Amino acid sequence: MTRKLLTGNSAAAWGARLACVDYIPAFPITPQTEIIEDLAGWIDRGEMDARLVTLESEHSMITAAGSAASSGVRAFTATSSQGLLYAMEMIYAVAGWRTPFVMVNVSRGLASPITLESDHNDIMAARDSGFLQIHCATCQEIADGILLAYRLAEHPQVRIPAIVNFDGFYLSFTREPVDLARAAKARAFVGEYDPENLQFRGNSPLSQAMAVLGGGPYSYFRYEAHLAVQQALSVYDEIADEFEDIFGRRYDMIDCYHMDDAEYVFVMLGSFSTKAREAVDSLRAAGWKAGLLRPRLFRPLPQQRIRQLLRGRRAVGVIDQNISMGMGGVLHSEFATALYGLEDAPLLGSYIGGLGGRDISQQEFFAIADELKHAYENGESAPPRLLYTRNELTEMRKLQAIAQAEHAEIHRS
Amino acid sequence: MFRIRFHGRGGQGMKTASRILGTAFFKTGYEVQDAPRYGAERRGAPIFAYVRADKSAINERGIISHPDLVVIADDTLVGMPAAGVTQGIDAHTLLLINSHDSASTWQQRLNTEANVLTLSAGEDVADRATLPFISSRCAAAAAALTGVITREIFIEALCEELDHLRQDIIDQNRDIALSEFDDMTVNAGLAKQGGLATASDYVKPDWIALPFESAQISNLAIHAGVTSVKVRTGLWRTMRPVINYPNCSGCAWICSTYCPDGAIKVRTDGYPEIDYEHCKGCLVCVAQCPPHAIESIPEHIARDQEVGETT
Repeated sequence: MTRKLLTGNSAAAWGARLACVDYIPAFPITPQTEIIEDLAGWIDRGEMDARLVTLESEHSMITAAGSAASSGVRAFTATSSQGLLYAMEMIYAVAGWRTPFVMVNVSRGLASPITLESDHNDIMAARDSGFLQIHCATCQEIADGILLAYRLAEHPQVRIPAIVNFDGFYLSFTREPVDLARAAKARAFVGEYDPENLQFRGNSPLSQAMAVLGGGPYSYFRYEAHLAVQQALSVYDEIADEFEDIFGRRYDMIDCYHMDDAEYVFVMLGSFSTKAREAVDSLRAAGWKAGLLRPRLFRPLPQQRIRQLLRGRRAVGVIDQNISMGMGGVLHSEFATALYGLEDAPLLGSYIGGLGGRDISQQEFFAIADELKHAYENGESAPPRLLYTRNELTEMRKLQAIAQAEHAEIHRS
Repeated sequence: MFRIRFHGRGGQGMKTASRILGTAFFKTGYEVQDAPRYGAERRGAPIFAYVRADKSAINERGIISHPDLVVIADDTLVGMPAAGVTQGIDAHTLLLINSHDSASTWQQRLNTEANVLTLSAGEDVADRATLPFISSRCAAAAAALTGVITREIFIEALCEELDHLRQDIIDQNRDIALSEFDDMTVNAGLAKQGGLATASDYVKPDWIALPFESAQISNLAIHAGVTSVKVRTGLWRTMRPVINYPNCSGCAWICSTYCPDGAIKVRTDGYPEIDYEHCKGCLVCVAQCPPHAIESIPEHIARDQEVGETT
């Protein structure tokens, strides 16, 4: 047992180190940079056998990671927010190359306005790229999630890159106790990377066909990538079983808390879900049958399992830390899709909360449970709600008053 | 659960203080969560860090809104609303302030029922904010106030967290922290574990539906020139550059060009003038001035002099 206090960023660096990565293309961005700093320090001191290269942008960084994986080395990289968006062209491209590697994304809200705090709109922008997505709620899950992600991404039935996602500040800079896997055990678990038919070599240049003419071949490659991502569902459990056998920690693709008899269920992604856990405990103490369902695996989304788990529940509150302009919460839409047509489907409520790191209080979880109960009793879901208080609007009005005064001042001069 | 917040200025080591305390709790057998909030990410700007410690797994996250103990390393932060030092303080809270003013003065000044203590050391230091080893002192005082951390475990934690420093510096930190720990031991247990709102007894959030407002109102029309003027970054300064005009050669460009914040302008007579509303006290000008005509003096002394001049 080497249980120690680590930040989410340090846990991510340890995950990469324990996964025996060979190559790390890097570019700094808050709140991710410490991951790269830790790795660079270890490599510099000879404690880790890998090569780290700073690239001129995230766009190049992802290209380098995909290319490295195509040449048979295990690649790791990390980014956040605007960096992920800047890399987006290559995120889609390398997934199409079917080159497995792992990227960490430290979730942070997107401009405009610009912020440093956590929010899931960045990771949602990569939703349709072909990357697998594992979402973490604790620092322990980050270190372990990276090991699982390599196994999943490199599995011959899958072979596609993966993102391990966690929240900025709430995990990236927060220390928690982490039980680090022993290096030899971790090495045995991840095994050797087999690049199969990816055979690029720097000393024997080749060109790879990247363009197709006509929709037939295009559709074939795109749909095959979709099927590969879905394959991750069928191999995930076997990898999680093996992980549990070796390390004693269980990571189901959906994390269930008090779901056995739950009538009212919170659905969330990421670290804010531990707040919901706290609320479930308190609601249970007050006589509620409350539960929490948290997809750890978001791509592929385990739709069948979600249907099994939510069938017969009274009402479900989906709390999204993202917003799709003109539609609402992304997770809510996906759950509505998953539950459509299900007999005994629960009522579904949509809540947008935690944008730009905005806290969600215990009182708000209790009030959501109350709304779900009313919805069940009335047989109708409440309209979507932004978690926003009168006091927050008052504070916003003060800021607007300052902005207006400034505006007037500029135009006077 | 213990919920503890440390407030200070960038450079005072509040992140280090939170880590020393976090590690001390962890070694005592507690589950721990500690984290800094960097704020403006600049030396002198307000920052805070927090520690949660409990005997069972911690599910709470983020900023502590209802603290059991608040440690304030620099008392000038109390009057700065953006620093949020007094957020969530009530009769349950214990405040520990690094200040020359007495606990009862602070209680009156803040009009609070919170229990207030001042840091025991540092009577001989004129500016309490420059008290050396302040992060170790604050961590030691907080550890003693919880009443659950032993002297031995605290020192083990301190040495582990300062491991990257030179041995003589670690030794100095240890000695000073120990004397603070011992002084504070009479108050052991004054920081009491608090609870959270429960589902059977809570105040409903005052939610509102955000109304639609046209882009005339809801776009980001906040313009840089004026906002930079409004934000008085001069409050971050702990040292003040002061121009000694008789020595100034009137070169008309060096200090004003090197100033990273554009806080030095050249007057029509060719001599520079510092805008103290916005000078952050980086002292680049002091280093660059060829005839050494800019000196640095502690901000609190400069302020006292100003007060003296106006009265």
